[in-house]
Amino acid sequence: MDSSVKRTILFLIFCVIGAVFIVRLVFLQLLDDSYLRSAQNNVLQEQTIYPARGLIYDRKGELLVYNDAIYDLTVIPEQVKNLDTTVFCKVLGITKNDFIAKFEKLKRGKGYAPYRPSLFEKQLTIPMYAAFQEKLFDFPGFFVEVRTDRKYKHSNAAHIMGYIGEVTDRDIEQSDGYYRMGDYMGISGIEKTYEKDLRGVNGVRYILVDSKNRTQGRYKEGTFDTAAIAGKNIALSIDQVLQDLGEQLMRNKTGSIVAIEPSTGELLALVSSPTYDPNLFIGRDRGNHYMELLRDPTKPLFNRPLAAPYPPGSIFKVLESLVGQQEKVLTPATSYACHHGYLFVGCHAHSSPNQLRGAIAISCNGYFCQVYRSIVNNPRYHRVEEAYNSFHDHVASFGLGKRLGVDLFGEGAGFLPPATYYDKVYGRYRWQALTTLSLGIGQGELGITPLQMANATSSVANRGYYITPHIVKAIAGKPNPNPEYNVKHWCTVDTSYFPIVIEGMQDVVERGTAYIARIPGIEICGKTGTAQNPHGKDHSVFFAFAPKDHPKIAIAVVVENAGFGATWAAPIASILLEQYLTGKHDTRPALVERMLNGNLTHRDDSIPATKSETF
Amino acid sequence: MIQSQQQNLKPFSIDWLTLVLYYIFVVGGLFCIYASVYKEDHPLIYDAGMNYGKQVIWIGISSFIGLLILLVDEKFFYAFAYALYGIAIALLIAVLIMGTSFRGSNSWIEIGGFRLQPAEFAKFATALALAKYLGGFRIKFTERKVQYISIGMILLPMAIILFQNETGTALVFGSFIFMLYREGLPGYFLFIGFMIALMGVLALIVPPLYLIIAIGVIAILMLLFIRRNRQNILIVFGVALAFIIYVGSVNYMFEHVMQAHQKSRINVLLGKEVDLKGAGYNVQQSKIAIGSGGLTGKGFLQGTQNKFRFVPEQSTDFIFCTVGEEFGFAGSVGFIVMYLLLLWRVLFIAERQRYKFNRIYGYCVAAILFFHFTINIGMTLGILPVIGIPLPFFSYGGSSLLSFTILLFILIRLDANRINELQGSFE
Ligand SMILES: [Zn+2]
Repeated sequence: MDSSVKRTILFLIFCVIGAVFIVRLVFLQLLDDSYLRSAQNNVLQEQTIYPARGLIYDRKGELLVYNDAIYDLTVIPEQVKNLDTTVFCKVLGITKNDFIAKFEKLKRGKGYAPYRPSLFEKQLTIPMYAAFQEKLFDFPGFFVEVRTDRKYKHSNAAHIMGYIGEVTDRDIEQSDGYYRMGDYMGISGIEKTYEKDLRGVNGVRYILVDSKNRTQGRYKEGTFDTAAIAGKNIALSIDQVLQDLGEQLMRNKTGSIVAIEPSTGELLALVSSPTYDPNLFIGRDRGNHYMELLRDPTKPLFNRPLAAPYPPGSIFKVLESLVGQQEKVLTPATSYACHHGYLFVGCHAHSSPNQLRGAIAISCNGYFCQVYRSIVNNPRYHRVEEAYNSFHDHVASFGLGKRLGVDLFGEGAGFLPPATYYDKVYGRYRWQALTTLSLGIGQGELGITPLQMANATSSVANRGYYITPHIVKAIAGKPNPNPEYNVKHWCTVDTSYFPIVIEGMQDVVERGTAYIARIPGIEICGKTGTAQNPHGKDHSVFFAFAPKDHPKIAIAVVVENAGFGATWAAPIASILLEQYLTGKHDTRPALVERMLNGNLTHRDDSIPATKSETF
Repeated sequence: MIQSQQQNLKPFSIDWLTLVLYYIFVVGGLFCIYASVYKEDHPLIYDAGMNYGKQVIWIGISSFIGLLILLVDEKFFYAFAYALYGIAIALLIAVLIMGTSFRGSNSWIEIGGFRLQPAEFAKFATALALAKYLGGFRIKFTERKVQYISIGMILLPMAIILFQNETGTALVFGSFIFMLYREGLPGYFLFIGFMIALMGVLALIVPPLYLIIAIGVIAILMLLFIRRNRQNILIVFGVALAFIIYVGSVNYMFEHVMQAHQKSRINVLLGKEVDLKGAGYNVQQSKIAIGSGGLTGKGFLQGTQNKFRFVPEQSTDFIFCTVGEEFGFAGSVGFIVMYLLLLWRVLFIAERQRYKFNRIYGYCVAAILFFHFTINIGMTLGILPVIGIPLPFFSYGGSSLLSFTILLFILIRLDANRINELQGSFE
């Protein structure tokens, strides 16, 4: 009988659990009426409180981006009752078919649930909003949610700012539950890079509403509510005045300006032209504006300073002068003769022969072809490939041929051909210095972005190192938020080789090819360039830093299809240097006028280049 | 040996009470599923009938499978017990490797739009295999080797299911301890099992240090009151040490091994975390729904709470809310009493079996049903952690309905043979 006793014991255990449940039910259902009251109040409604997005300032504290209220119409489908669709549609200015289509679309959306608010119509116009507010009681289940959109105070720097837009299904999935249908997030530019800082943290408010959708009060006195945490404000390293002047100077021209503070790597200006008004990307018509810009043949959405690769032209001569000294095949006293060029590379008429400093000042093609040849044919190395690779690595240490890691999306790597590239093109051991001679004057297969160009200039200004260019100066008042942007990246050329090259660069402005860029009282070191363009007229290039000692600014200007560097790029850079260093740009009104009014857009890009024009 | 008679199924030999209770729960569940998704208006918004429509189909399928089971020769289950166990284990491993992820766990196979969960089928397969092993000739549970093998048979599927993140289902296998108790496991194991469960919950609420101190104090107190010979002292110290290690490891497991969703569910129950959208929200709303039912409930389809935001689990894990809200205290108590009646009937059937195989299987059925009943209603009432396991026969979900049907109908089939048993026997 032992066994049936065990059965009884087991059944008693079962009954004890059952009894516990019943006691619990007594408390829940009979004794405690707070649950009943909770239930009478009916429906718990969850409201998202959107925090204000962080504001964006320039380096001097000038406000660039702020927030503006917008009104979205949301719906909790299962609370919609006795809706007079005719009136509703009239207020909203839609047809009944639109109405049904909108509901169908909303039901297919991610995270849809009949008891949860879904976005029905976004960004009501102000009159619509007013009309709606009046009739809201006739439309149970519908709510107007206030949130904010961006406003751009200066209507410039569109490529830096980027824009915010509605999250996609993929963003929602990847966000681990943070974003919901109809939320906004940064899509490009600074809005995207620093999305997590700028967006803040959504808050939640739980309220009770009765069956007629009237608010009955906070749920449990707001115990479960969470406050929204405002986004962090960001200070950019951009100088708004410089940026704006740069954009004006580039009006009706295609190209880029990049200005960097060499000692910190902070970007002072980043101009991409043609550009557009960032205010086009807010409001109800943002989609249409976006499509228009996308179809524009001048490609205003293309972020040229970060992504467009150009042949570097003369910047390469500066780098060769440094690498040649480092590799001990060049001294300041090295002299080469030049009679209108070297082999098939032409040169303009000038006195000959020249030493290094003079050759930089007059930008002698012949001289630098010889330098390049001596580097690649350096007897220290057994093979051309080895010598070339060493040259490649030296140049790469100035940040060429790779993404620098700027805190903006869409950066290009440019192209700095490794030895294996020529192996592929010509065959292994089938090429040598002369095959790749155009590299000696910065032409050929090379591609370098304006950002890289400015960064290399900055490295020269620093006499041998650079700090990764970046655009954020402070987040929520905390300077230098990203420790990566405090690191000095040392170039592989010794500091002692820089002074002679810098002297040459100063000569370029004082008495050389960029005389037009000279500003009395400021020691500018620069170099003009003419980037060969197989598709049309050459690009006008100029890069410089100033002052010579303790440089405050390094700048690179590229004006596409504008011919010689001295014609457009050098004066534009000069005006910007003057503005940044002296705070004004009024000493040369005629030059400024000419640059501002210069219109290069009528030129036909499609005419193929004639080679003879280049040299 | 007497030649066994032809063992046809005789309708009168079926335990009709069990069958009737089964259908009361299944049909009642269907009504509650309907109620939990019912909307009085708004055809525009609401896609009617998805859940209960599917459930009707599943009830049909389950009844058909149940009928098949009743028609099968009862020797089949004995003969194929190990094979079914092997298949279940293989399926569990297969699903671990290539299963589809659903609701945070990785334990489902999808067949033509229906999801199946092999872990559900491992329950009755394990029960059958245990019954066959322990019911074997001259096998006595008191032997050490027998104990190891049978516990191993339980732990194997349990471990695989744990790896699938189905903690709740894995814990179900622990309920076999009731059956082992019936077959000779000393009673204090039940007590220790209870202590382990209690300590586990305490370890999560009380800081481990306090708990360890408390265990130490209790151990010392015990030493004061028992006879202090060498053996007793060793036992007390050993048990205390084991509990301390256990408490520490529970805490470690919780912090480092558990997935975020399990953690938050447990934290919410323990009052350590407020999570209105997730688990705590469900429990809170569940309590409001049941609490608002009062003595007699709001009436069928008149409930307001359970329709609201009780997100996906309203018709599966939290189905008891509907009973509580729409039928009130009277309905809830009635439900619990009926469930206890079913459990009693299963125990009764198990005990009247002549064969150990049948009896052991019967106890396994009772244990599994009881465990589900306890955990599910306990969590709905907010007194146990939200471990997502269904209420047998009542919750929405084809996989669970089908597996519980098979579980129960095998017992009915085995029991129906008891009249033949009087004349014949296996071998
Ligand atoms: Zn020359």
